[in-house]
Amino acid sequence: MNTKTMSLLKLTVNNHPGVLSHVCGLFARRSYNLEGVMVRPIVGGESHRSRMWLLVNEEARLQQLIRQTEKLVDVISIEQHGLEGSVFEQTEGFFV
Amino acid sequence: MTNPAPQPRTQQFTGAQLLIRLLERQGVTHIAGIPGGANLPMYDALTASSIKHVLARHEQGAGFIAQGMARASGAAQVCFASSGPGASNLVTAVADAKLDSVPLIAITGQVPQAMIGTDAFQEIDTFGLMLPITKHNWMVRSAAELLNVIPQAFQLALSGRPGPVSIDIPKDVQNELIAVDVLPEPGVCKPTEMIDTTLVETMLTQIWQAQRPVLMTGGGIVYANAAQALIEFAEKLDIPAVQTFMGLGVLPAKHPLSLGMLGMHGARYTNLILEECDLLVGLGVRFDDRATGRIADFCPRAKIIHVDIDHSEIDKLIPSALSIRGDVGEVLKAANTMLSPNTRPIWRSRVEQLKQSYPLVLDGADELFRPYGAIKTIAALLDDSVNITTDVGQHQMWVAQAYPFNRPRQWASSGGLGTMGFGLPAAIGMALAQPERKVICFSGDGSLMMNLQELATAAEQNLDIKIVILNNQHLGLVRQQQTLFYANNLSAVKFHAKVDFVKAAEAMGLQAIDLGAVENPHDELKNALLQPGPWVINLPICATEMVYPMVAPGGANRDMIHGESA
Repeated sequence: MNTKTMSLLKLTVNNHPGVLSHVCGLFARRSYNLEGVMVRPIVGGESHRSRMWLLVNEEARLQQLIRQTEKLVDVISIEQHGLEGSVFEQTEGFFV
Repeated sequence: MTNPAPQPRTQQFTGAQLLIRLLERQGVTHIAGIPGGANLPMYDALTASSIKHVLARHEQGAGFIAQGMARASGAAQVCFASSGPGASNLVTAVADAKLDSVPLIAITGQVPQAMIGTDAFQEIDTFGLMLPITKHNWMVRSAAELLNVIPQAFQLALSGRPGPVSIDIPKDVQNELIAVDVLPEPGVCKPTEMIDTTLVETMLTQIWQAQRPVLMTGGGIVYANAAQALIEFAEKLDIPAVQTFMGLGVLPAKHPLSLGMLGMHGARYTNLILEECDLLVGLGVRFDDRATGRIADFCPRAKIIHVDIDHSEIDKLIPSALSIRGDVGEVLKAANTMLSPNTRPIWRSRVEQLKQSYPLVLDGADELFRPYGAIKTIAALLDDSVNITTDVGQHQMWVAQAYPFNRPRQWASSGGLGTMGFGLPAAIGMALAQPERKVICFSGDGSLMMNLQELATAAEQNLDIKIVILNNQHLGLVRQQQTLFYANNLSAVKFHAKVDFVKAAEAMGLQAIDLGAVENPHDELKNALLQPGPWVINLPICATEMVYPMVAPGGANRDMIHGESA
């Protein structure tokens, strides 16, 4: 995986039907590619919340997309994250 | 439903009854819609309500009627449709509300939950259809969810940058029985976030330092009820202001600082002043391509300050030297308390010079059967109390250029989506929201046909609406573009079968007149406009009429075609 130009977004979202559609649909209709998506309910106390990791590859419009994502009602938080040791690195073996 | 034994404070509802009760508590007085199989329980509950239902003839009409009410009043408004085609017919009106930031609440029936995913009769993925064109949307899975969803829907539609939401309610949820102890408080607009006054100070400093500043005022001023604050701000700092299409009316047309509408069909002087300005202050605008032209060439000498409530609009298209995220009214009010008044005689005299040298030329403004003449004649017969809607096309641009808009919310037109068929149902909505005001709907023979059926709704409601058709028997703006940019290769723009709009209107119960077929058209026009009740006024114009000046799509605003003064 060429991760040099990639960055990672960490989202906390409400865990109910339609949330994944809202987030992925937003990126798709603004013609912004998602290189990877990982989502699961948050383990432990917050089962009504999910953790979503998005791998993205286009720096120029990223701040725009983050601001758009912040407006989604079911998105509690979104932050940029380093790639080192990310869920995508650790699961590369499943995507060969 | 059987009556349960009365419990202290506990009320028994069906989901549909609860919905209607919650809408009443939101202050909803009218709902536009059409019943069908999947929303029968809502309509059953509606008969017991004080809410007046307006039966549209097509769900898109219902959506635009609700939009007209919302655009006139600023309050969130509701439309109803059934599942399947009912919901899909609403889509255009919802998408239109999204692009023009209109608080619309679309409530649709859905097939029972047990049948979802089975390709049931009139089943469609309404949630999926509405998702990309709303601020947020819900599929309600139990009657209890309505207690949260309905107030939240109103709050979301009204708060921050307004916009549409949609709520899909399966029929079994509408029929589900629920006991409610306490009804939720109605959803209201959230208070705006505190603005950073140090940024306002910086803005004032940058304005102070600028030699040739211009304000660019948009729909955000209208929605923030900030027109008065804007006028005070512009006057105290002596800064001329262009208006976007959505902002028309925030400055009275005759205001000495008003530079009219910018962009594709802006006056020559307006776009030329923007070429020269050294500071552009965008107030509640989103730098739409019809306003900016080729964005790389927009205001080439200017630093940009951008004030907007929607963070995602900041730096979306134009990098700003300074941005303030917040309610534009709050920003202007704060600025007005902090600023030191200023005058700019040199810049103002340069602006006047450009205005004199490159005026907006309204060719044929004194002839009734010319576009500008028709609009000016009608404006002269009316006062500022009337509301104006348009459809989409040449007539829309002629009205935007020539009608003297003098107050916010006087004007409702489909800006972002550009929906032909908007004008008539939106006029019905404006008339329902403000029955004391006459509504003039300027339309074209192409646009009006797209929601012609709503003439019957206008007649049924007996509203004071005058539909003025600038009739060129063409899709005029397409014809114009084919003429200018496709070597006059006219393709599919002429309506070979002429519609008799007088007969069509009379068939649906309206009064109507063809000004091209009467002896004294001016007197007949005045008579039709000033009488109460719905009228269709056909006004023939020549197919070769053009909207000038025009910037070619994708071109720079400085490169305007025609519209020169003689």
